[in-house]
Amino acid sequence: MWFDRLVQGAIDTLLMVGVSSLIALLVGIPLAVFLVTSDKGGIYQAPALNRVLGAFVNLFRSIPFLILMVALIPFTRLIVGTTYGVWAAVVPLTIAATPFFARIAEVSLREVDHGLIEAAQAMGCRRWHIIRHVLLPEALPGIVGGFTITLVTMINSSAMAGAIGAGGLGDIAYRYGYQRFDTQIMLTVIVLLVVLVTVIQLGGDRLARVLDKR
Amino acid sequence: MSAANARLRDLDIPPRDAEQTQLHPELNRAHVRFINLGKTYDGTVQALHGIDLAIQHGEVFGIIGRSGAGKSSLIRTINRLEQPSSGRVLIDQVDIGDFDEDRLVALRRRIGMIFQHFNLMSAKTVWQNVELPLKVAGIPKPQREQKVRELLELVGLQDKHKAYPAQLSGGQKQRVGIARSLVHDPEILLCDEATSALDPETTQSILALLREINRRLGLTIVLITHEMAVIRDICDRVVVLEHGKIVEQGPVWQVFGSPQHTVSQTLLAPLQHALPQELQSRLQPTQVSADAAVVLRLQFTGSATDEPDLAALFGALGGRVRLLQGGVERIQGHALGQLLLAVNGSAHSAEELRNRAANWAQQAQVLGYVV
Repeated sequence: MWFDRLVQGAIDTLLMVGVSSLIALLVGIPLAVFLVTSDKGGIYQAPALNRVLGAFVNLFRSIPFLILMVALIPFTRLIVGTTYGVWAAVVPLTIAATPFFARIAEVSLREVDHGLIEAAQAMGCRRWHIIRHVLLPEALPGIVGGFTITLVTMINSSAMAGAIGAGGLGDIAYRYGYQRFDTQIMLTVIVLLVVLVTVIQLGGDRLARVLDKR
Repeated sequence: MSAANARLRDLDIPPRDAEQTQLHPELNRAHVRFINLGKTYDGTVQALHGIDLAIQHGEVFGIIGRSGAGKSSLIRTINRLEQPSSGRVLIDQVDIGDFDEDRLVALRRRIGMIFQHFNLMSAKTVWQNVELPLKVAGIPKPQREQKVRELLELVGLQDKHKAYPAQLSGGQKQRVGIARSLVHDPEILLCDEATSALDPETTQSILALLREINRRLGLTIVLITHEMAVIRDICDRVVVLEHGKIVEQGPVWQVFGSPQHTVSQTLLAPLQHALPQELQSRLQPTQVSADAAVVLRLQFTGSATDEPDLAALFGALGGRVRLLQGGVERIQGHALGQLLLAVNGSAHSAEELRNRAANWAQQAQVLGYVV
């Protein structure tokens, strides 16, 4: 049944995007904090390490996702034991999403007024207090906005992963819509994707607005 | 005094200069002391140079200067937000130069600080902002609550505790800043241009609050500003900073009464009773005609009851004496005044008029002649 197939595809897409974004969130925030605080003039100043990590992030950011996915095939096989299916897609998706999200979160963290860090130091905050009580809460609205963008970008990328056998809505649209000229399925997938992206974007925007007390 | 404070004093008694101890006992009682302090940025820009200064317990000490004079760097060396390039900073005779993070944190809890742009956490409520220093110090919740309530009451913001900083006016934000700076019962309060972003009325209310805190809690206040009015209204002593050096220092009444350095004079100018513009333009350096009036400036700095006897002064000058401009201000029990007079048809020469006027004033000066 094509309906069951669509449901399965939607679940696969949500699973791929959800798992890879969750890992990107957990790894990306510490990475972003490190990129900001280890920079020159930061609270954990380490310019050499900062440059190395920055270059590493840029490297992964500059490779187009389709190429990254193919290039990572041996690595993916090593991690999940297969190069086919939802879990095989999670590996390149995560590796693409983490530096992407880390850079966006980094921008929000950098925008925190230096005066606030100074005030925190003056009141007797230790450095990790500054991260916990100043940098992260003050940058939170921006980080939420950045995570929303990451989710939407990952939905986009997951469709590409679908095309090389990961399953999901992208796979369905490609196989039925493109290879079999089934316009009805193609349109249904498009509508589903539009609804999904809209819900995520609106939800993210609303959350960011609620959190922003400036 | 806190336990941490007592411990610091026991551990770290700096070598004392025997000669200075004998000659200047007050230096060894100083609360904050700078010894030959210097600060250089990027190896080239000299922000501070050879600063020697002693700030006493319980005083309100002002540092004034134009922007870029080094005020901001100087005040930040007290809690080591700024690391000096040379020289030493002593707090209660303890050199803070080699403090590690633990001791710096302990030191900073003894020193409160407020800022020009308030620097409140935008994502935290008023209550959470004031509570933050206590929270990071690991103070248990019941004590935190009591302290925050007490301080919000002191600054008059009990009913605003749920508001976010963005919902407050500038004056209210600075009150939150003051409450936050006092939660650890500091011995020193640093004010970094604390009223420069506020309107005159709010400035007055914040200065009044600072004065009250200084009297009630007996803490030492060090403030930097570029406004002489702030110094006049609240400080006991003042230093004038220019290009990273101290160019003038003393009790406020003295610096106000007879500023020696041109920078002090420039900073004071807006508060002084200057010759009206229209007269200034007509002022001649020499006596062009016989009926020209001599313009005299008299400055006096006396005790509060020492204002000049005007009838006697006018009598001694002779002729027709007109008051062009004048005023008396009271600072720290001293009457500081200036009179600008025009004298017509006196029997005396300009030089003689100046000499006679000098009997009533610390300084008398002939500015010129007007027709």
